[in-house]
Amino acid sequence: MASSEVHPGSEPSRWAYLDRVRTRPGPFTNPDMFNAEGVVAAMEKMKVLVIGAGGLGCELLKNLALSGFKNIHVIDMDTIDISNLNRQFLFRQADVGSSKAEVAARFVEKRVKGVKITPHNNKIQDFDEDFYMQFQLVVCGLDSIEARRWINATLVNMVDEDVEDSYKPLIDGGTEGFKGQARVIIPTVTSCIECQLDMHAPRAAVPLCTLASIPRQPEHCIEWAHVIAWDQEKPFPQLDKDDPEHITWLYQKALLRAREFNIPGVTYSLTQGVVKNIIPAIAATNSVIAAACCNEALKIASNCAPFLGLPDDNYMMYSGNDSIYTYTFRHEKKDDCPVCGQLARDLPVDPAWTLRELVDSFAARPEAQLKKPSVRGEGKTLYMQSPASLEAQTRPNLDKTLAELGLEDGQEIGVTDPAFATVVFKFRLRFKQ
Amino acid sequence: MLKIWSMKKEQQKAENAAEGTAATAPKKKKVTAAQLRVQKDLSELSLGSTMSTEFPDPDNILSFILYIEPDEGMYKGGRFSFSFNITPSFPHEPPKVLCREKIYHPNIDLEGKVCLNILREDWKPVLNLNAVIVGLQFLFLEPNASDPLNKEAAEDLRNHREGFKRNVRQAMQGGNVRGETYQRVLV
Repeated sequence: MASSEVHPGSEPSRWAYLDRVRTRPGPFTNPDMFNAEGVVAAMEKMKVLVIGAGGLGCELLKNLALSGFKNIHVIDMDTIDISNLNRQFLFRQADVGSSKAEVAARFVEKRVKGVKITPHNNKIQDFDEDFYMQFQLVVCGLDSIEARRWINATLVNMVDEDVEDSYKPLIDGGTEGFKGQARVIIPTVTSCIECQLDMHAPRAAVPLCTLASIPRQPEHCIEWAHVIAWDQEKPFPQLDKDDPEHITWLYQKALLRAREFNIPGVTYSLTQGVVKNIIPAIAATNSVIAAACCNEALKIASNCAPFLGLPDDNYMMYSGNDSIYTYTFRHEKKDDCPVCGQLARDLPVDPAWTLRELVDSFAARPEAQLKKPSVRGEGKTLYMQSPASLEAQTRPNLDKTLAELGLEDGQEIGVTDPAFATVVFKFRLRFKQ
Repeated sequence: MLKIWSMKKEQQKAENAAEGTAATAPKKKKVTAAQLRVQKDLSELSLGSTMSTEFPDPDNILSFILYIEPDEGMYKGGRFSFSFNITPSFPHEPPKVLCREKIYHPNIDLEGKVCLNILREDWKPVLNLNAVIVGLQFLFLEPNASDPLNKEAAEDLRNHREGFKRNVRQAMQGGNVRGETYQRVLV
């Protein structure tokens, strides 16, 4: 890996095998959707967004670039840490401290001629819907559920039933140790990340009482130092999990507690692992999952073979714990999914209405017929029927007009009613002029 | 999908040319999933006569205080308050609940941390705020000596129940139990 120069002779033949796959139909190709002549040009025009330039992201960028995508953007807010170098193969020791997105983009551009990679050293939340609208495909290699939920909700919200280009397929890869998953989400059409939240095994939390009274494992002692001792003694104003001094403090505390209960095994690196909730990343798992994700991207873009998502299977799970096992299935859409379950319906209202008139109108609307509706907008509680204190606080709003309450045309409101335990109604206010 | 896209592109170009201004619609404010779920949970809450809530900012329903006044059991006559802080990850993550008074209870430590299984290891997104509130209420009816956070209190409860009862009264009056001064919570 000393030289990163491309052998000039390899360039033309580099694409030969890829072209055989994407320009020729296979036994499962849908002839109505496949266009052999246009595939290459269409893929080269397509803009793909990769979210995350870490373990999965490095693999994804390399794979996508070698799969014939020419215009790729990558977002990652992190900088390179020395501990990344064992598996995030686009980074070198000299890159430590630099932006992951920038270094990864530069490296792949250098090695794969003709590909343009635009790095964004940002959080995904820094961009708005206009930004995400420019892509035809989003591929995620993320390590957090929050970020997945955010991009999922954003892509679902962007769907405009009249605009086909507003449906952005989301390919999501994820790994944890020897396990991983690859899934495809067609926003509002197939089950979304929010529908599938229960697929994430929650972190194995230890009962607080076990930590406080009868620790049995070194991890219990560390969690005790982290959750209980830190709060009691507050050695530093704010716990910084990246500050060695803070971790050392926790380590010493955990060690003392472990001695008291005769528990061996508390080490500095275990302390760091438990406190930062680090699950060892396995390079092989990342490459298997990234390959599966990229395969889906290639199929969606070229239609050379059916892809995950439609009409049946949309979720591939992989486990390398005991030899190798994969299972692909269809995760059903949830009717009551708070993100994709019901999209907001337009609600024509007069800004001169009082809130009471709006609330009463829900009883009359045939699709709602609500007897005790509670109404909220983002950051604004309009009227809550329960609990009692909130009812009293929001009751004065009933006599104000929608305009006086600061509601705007196009604003979304959520309506709930105890009679419909599983249903939440979302409406988009449309002001009558 | 490729074919659809290229077709759509052509269509859109035509549409954009026709509509012109449609693209600059104001940024719509959308309700987040966590807030919607909390709204639903709150509108289904059944607090009964022993409990009430207080919202310091009614527009922020992710942060509120729950008051419990047990009408039976050893903690009868006290008034206890819990702060609820709900993150945007709710219901994937449980609400953060702390007891605001320093009280003598085997399952609540002196900082107010609560040992209730569904607040930590047994939390599931299908559970709701009502389940948490019922759980808290139950802690005052049936303090549990086998899951102690306040070890002294648990020992007392296990070994001499009568003494424990006296200690509870003592602590609720703002008295001293085993060298700790507790907060007065009697109403």
